[in-house]
Amino acid sequence: MRARAGLAALALAVLAVPLLGRDYYSILMLSFFAYAITLLGVNLLFGYTGLLSFGHALFIGIGAYAAAVLTGKLGVLHMEAILLVAAVAALLVAAPVGALCVRYVKIYFGMLTLAFGMLFNSFLIKFYHLTGGDEGMRVLRPSLLGFDLSQIPKVQFLTGPYYYYSAAVLAIATFVMWRIVASPFGLCLRSIRENPVKAESLGISVKRYRWVAFLISAAYAAVGGALLGPTVGQVDPSLTYWTQSGNLVFMTLLGGFAHFLGPLLGAFVFIYLQDAVMSIVPYWRLIFGAILAILVIFVPGGLVGLMAGRGARPGIKAVREGAR
Amino acid sequence: MILQARDVRKSYGEFCALDGVSLAVNAGEFVSIIGPNGAGKTTLINVLTGILEPSAGRVVFKDRDITGIGTVRLSRLGMARSFQLVTIFPELTVLEVLQVAVVSRLGRGTRLFASLARDRQVAAQALEVAELFLLAEKRHTVARQLPQGDKKLLDVASAFALHPEIILLDEPTSGVSTRDKNKIMEILVSASKRIGIKAIVQVEHDMDIVFGYSDRIVALHQGRVLAEGAPGAIRANEDVVNMVLGRRDRAVAKRNPSPLRGEGEGEGTAPTKC
Repeated sequence: MRARAGLAALALAVLAVPLLGRDYYSILMLSFFAYAITLLGVNLLFGYTGLLSFGHALFIGIGAYAAAVLTGKLGVLHMEAILLVAAVAALLVAAPVGALCVRYVKIYFGMLTLAFGMLFNSFLIKFYHLTGGDEGMRVLRPSLLGFDLSQIPKVQFLTGPYYYYSAAVLAIATFVMWRIVASPFGLCLRSIRENPVKAESLGISVKRYRWVAFLISAAYAAVGGALLGPTVGQVDPSLTYWTQSGNLVFMTLLGGFAHFLGPLLGAFVFIYLQDAVMSIVPYWRLIFGAILAILVIFVPGGLVGLMAGRGARPGIKAVREGAR
Repeated sequence: MILQARDVRKSYGEFCALDGVSLAVNAGEFVSIIGPNGAGKTTLINVLTGILEPSAGRVVFKDRDITGIGTVRLSRLGMARSFQLVTIFPELTVLEVLQVAVVSRLGRGTRLFASLARDRQVAAQALEVAELFLLAEKRHTVARQLPQGDKKLLDVASAFALHPEIILLDEPTSGVSTRDKNKIMEILVSASKRIGIKAIVQVEHDMDIVFGYSDRIVALHQGRVLAEGAPGAIRANEDVVNMVLGRRDRAVAKRNPSPLRGEGEGEGTAPTKC
């Protein structure tokens, strides 16, 4: 009951942000919505299945470029169609990539996903005539639920209709993911995370489950990427650079992968902290590096673990055991 | 005959772990596999349960060649196993561990959006197994926090929750106190009757357990079947006494009227070359 009240309060707070009149913070929230959706997928793979991907920027890129191609080249402006195409495109890419990656675990899985991410990044840079190379592609303003909103000023669009649209997509994505992790399928994923050999002996086809989790996480990242497109207005290969995948891992650890909402909190804190630190000093990476080191050593349970007050020790144990 | 190994061989490099083992398990039987360390007991279990593919030979389960078909398909055909070292899901609760097996057996793992919490059938069947294994009171305990004996029970219970026709247990009582050993065996036997398991095969070092529960004993030595037969015949077999039972056999010998000679090496032998 308390949890529900807390969630309701949180939802109201999110809806109230644009009313504060600080457009800048509302636009930052758009990044949060997009990354939050992506992280729901990333954490299905990491927190629930035990596979840490270093290449999910690949799928953010697929989503963002899908938005650019559809709006800029094909004249499809319906946001719903863009989200759908982004998810389907990600599934088509993730099916073979995932089939290969899930044959490996731990660092080998991570490295393989990293390799595919970088492959895609190179593809975007090299195939200039298709992707616009370094300069990337423009994302035109989409219509939302069939409403043409091209006449209103950009900031008003982003902090108004698009803000609430993105928030709604996040809410739906969160609900769907909650159903997935609370399903029999979700239990099987957790059993695989805990002990794949035992899971297999109980009749769980480990690779197939990992593959399905990979597909879902890819579709989530692509939906996040597609939402990011109209916010930034211009997509370029830097969106798919491996440091972006690293940021996803950072956000997950920051919030805490052991809790369903942990990565969402991580995304929120990351985005606003990055903004705050960047406005004070130019070396934000230095500061974030230090924060990451402190997190891993002292607060492996992330912010959620810290708030739950369960102390760091069990978390440390879990992380060390995970590393073994 | 429910399970049969025909001339199974398994070699690692130039060493033979199994050198032509044949074995048959009938419905209704409790078969124990004994032998010194390195005799090939665990390798045999791993081959029988599809974790390892034999280098040669065949494994037949319910008139079907199952050689190398893998554990997932075997579990669906009705074979389950437990492991020598406790193998559970440490961060899941007792009930969740059992639910994994029930979900797998009922084929519900593919239900992506169904609520597990509202699945009464899965919950009831998991609880039923928890009760059989005296774990019902601890059903909400996280598995890693259980005492060693309960972890061992949970490992075995999760295999039972698959409702297999045959179950292979790799040292079901290892690492457990003597008092707990008999408790585990009693629970195991009564649970298998309740669930309707047709046959049990176990690897076991504790000769009290082996002679107390088995219908038939298979003694392995250096990857070969040294002897097999009813407990009485195995006790009387000089080769087994010399090479497998060894010094540890004294307690058994006291209860056994047949004369015994010699004191074998008993504890472990070097692997043989192929």
